[in-house]
Amino acid sequence: MQLGRVLGSVVATQKAPGLEGVRLLIVQPLDKAARAKGETLVAADAVSMAGPGELVYFVASREAAEALSDRFVPVDHAVVGIVDQLHLEVE
Amino acid sequence: MKVGRVAGTVVSTIHIPVLDAHRLLLCDLDNLDGSRAGYTIAVDVVDAGVGDTVLILDEGSSARQILDLEWGAIRAVVVGIVDELVVDGEMRKID
Repeated sequence: MQLGRVLGSVVATQKAPGLEGVRLLIVQPLDKAARAKGETLVAADAVSMAGPGELVYFVASREAAEALSDRFVPVDHAVVGIVDQLHLEVE
Repeated sequence: MKVGRVAGTVVSTIHIPVLDAHRLLLCDLDNLDGSRAGYTIAVDVVDAGVGDTVLILDEGSSARQILDLEWGAIRAVVVGIVDELVVDGEMRKID
């Protein structure tokens, strides 16, 4: 899983079968110091309550679909948790 | 699997149900040439602590097998604490 920052959401009326009812978020992947790293992506929201500005963690690949209640949803990234605190050792 | 080092922990109250009762560790991934290969957040099943050199599995079906789950969005799991590492015939110091 990787850290990400929710930048916004995506609304699409016309969607591939299976994507109906799936909340889509725009997520900026972050490095461990919570600095932006990599390209923004669209992830399904498996916790149903992640909002803009929130620090979250997401899972990629096939496992993303398993995060949602319908397991055969065609998604490649899913937000699976909201971060309350990050405890990192000082390097 | 990958070799990494536990850099810290992630505290999260709101998460998908399969993550209930699991500790999340943020681990730096090691290239074994001294350089870092990014990081991953992994579920801990071996009670690893910050600073430990660990073995990290990053594959969903094996992760589900270890956690005894039929399904679930978990891919990365800390599956071992490394005692000894030999690279090119050379023993690496584990701190």
